[in-house]
Amino acid sequence: MKASLSMKRAETSDGERGATPTGARARRPSLIDRIGDQLPKIVVAPTFLITLVFVYGFIAWTTYLSFTRSTMRPSMVWEGLRPHERLWGNPVWHTALGNLGTYALLYIGLSTLMGMLLAILLDQRIRAEGALRTIYLYPMALSFIVTGTAWKWILNPGLGIEKLMHDFGFQDFQFQWLVDPDMAIYCLVIAGVWQSSGFVMAMFLAALRGIDGEIIKAAQIDGAGLLRIYARIIIPMMRPVFLSSFIILGHLAIKSFDLVVALTGGGPGNATALPATFMYEMTFTRNQVAVGAASAVVMLMTVCAVIVPYLYSELRPKGGAHG
Amino acid sequence: MAETLTQGPSPTPATLLPALGRAGLYGALVVLALVYATPLFVMVITSLKSLEEIRNGNLLSLPLSPNFDAWIKAWSGACVGVACEGVNRFFVNSVMMAVPSVAISCLLGALNGYALTKWKFRGADLVFALILFGCFIPFQIVLVPMASVLGMLGLASSTAGLVLVHVVYGVCFTTLFFRNYYAAFPSELVKAATIDGAGFLRIFWRIMLPNSLPILVVTVIWQFTNIWNDFLFGASFASGTAQPMTVALNNIVNTSTGVKEYNVDMAAAIIAALPTLLVYVLAGRYFVRGLMAGAVKG
Repeated sequence: MKASLSMKRAETSDGERGATPTGARARRPSLIDRIGDQLPKIVVAPTFLITLVFVYGFIAWTTYLSFTRSTMRPSMVWEGLRPHERLWGNPVWHTALGNLGTYALLYIGLSTLMGMLLAILLDQRIRAEGALRTIYLYPMALSFIVTGTAWKWILNPGLGIEKLMHDFGFQDFQFQWLVDPDMAIYCLVIAGVWQSSGFVMAMFLAALRGIDGEIIKAAQIDGAGLLRIYARIIIPMMRPVFLSSFIILGHLAIKSFDLVVALTGGGPGNATALPATFMYEMTFTRNQVAVGAASAVVMLMTVCAVIVPYLYSELRPKGGAHG
Repeated sequence: MAETLTQGPSPTPATLLPALGRAGLYGALVVLALVYATPLFVMVITSLKSLEEIRNGNLLSLPLSPNFDAWIKAWSGACVGVACEGVNRFFVNSVMMAVPSVAISCLLGALNGYALTKWKFRGADLVFALILFGCFIPFQIVLVPMASVLGMLGLASSTAGLVLVHVVYGVCFTTLFFRNYYAAFPSELVKAATIDGAGFLRIFWRIMLPNSLPILVVTVIWQFTNIWNDFLFGASFASGTAQPMTVALNNIVNTSTGVKEYNVDMAAAIIAALPTLLVYVLAGRYFVRGLMAGAVKG
């Protein structure tokens, strides 16, 4: 079928060429012409093949591994659902899922809130907007390892914020979140929000700049105050931005790994373990490749649940309702 | 969309503001800016202090005799694992890893984007959707197979192996960026050139590429930032002398032996952050545009 398609196209292009004054002689399409016709496909082919092997093939491979007896090294010996049972029977996995829930909720919520607040404040015809924007957004250029290193020092139980407050005269001030199993997860939230809220700000700012001023003028004429205009008109118009930031931040939260490694190492104990760190530990240090693979499959499915509907709505041909 | 960022304030009427007060507004903005800037400030001043001073002072106390001793130690004497030769070789590793990865993935992405929009073959949109999905997978799902394949190829724990990994998982982003950019590029120009007898590659080279500077800058910055800042692949596939900078930094900071040298940690962290920070400061506009392009598809 492929061959016939290409022949057909070669014939038409030959026909066209025959009609031009310069190439009057009729000839069979040469090999070079036929390759030329296929060039767009040939150019995309390597990426397509790479994707088939390294994305879809590897997903299938890892999924298969999650049903095998793989321990230290990948093994192909089938073991059925056992690794999945071991995964769901492992209390650390449940801790990691719970932690992800807490972290994702706070990280997404607070980043969105901060980002929106910054954008609204910046959107008031202020001076030095460019400089301020640069300051709010620079953390996004940093590696999570750098962010984790910085905040690990700032939150240092002995020499960090606690010492600072002591020097300010608050001698009884205690700040031990980083070593407190109940509070360490909030350290991740603080560092994560610091890093990501500038990005959310940029998205909101772009959307705010796209609002039709007439709508707001009309509301003003009707006597609506500032807070009312934001609460009733502008913020509801930001729905698509809320959705985008929810998707992107949710996706980042599920993949969170570097920040945990650098800031808490998953500790104290397993207090800040996340699925990504759990998977890494099972696979590379606990010699439980099959269980690690099973956890990776769960992570993939979670990401798919968030991303696939979004991609579908973004990629489908835009109907009239969506403009 | 991101372009509007640079076009000045939106029509939101400034006259609404007296309710809040300009002073309060600026106050809030400055306080928030201080909050966001403080971690970097703390890193810098800590890296300029001696350990003695760090123990006696606090996070915000300025260095009494600022010096670069910690920087020198971080660069050429800090211990990464058992080798105490500083981060310089790992910094070089990251450069050697990032430059070819960025170049190859951007070239592939540009060609893909061009072929997928201007020479749409049957199924081009499906091919694009399949490629795009690769941008979103949690990479945990590919770690073990990738490690096996790198081993089979003899690329385990090598910079070349990391280049392969970053090209493979970066090309979906570069394809996305270029595809969306070329989709808006006038097809008439391409058609006219075809009639003049120009072929696929000639049009790419002579017409598309010279008009691609903005998206090229965006894509290069995006790829460079992501690849330079990567930790998961570096930690999974490179060890010993092949580690990239982020992995080496983590090893310095989270080594539990000996005296904790916070000033050296901070200096190493700033060294790791400098390249991407520099790119951000020099080309922030394009950096933001890349973030938005990655975020908002069309």
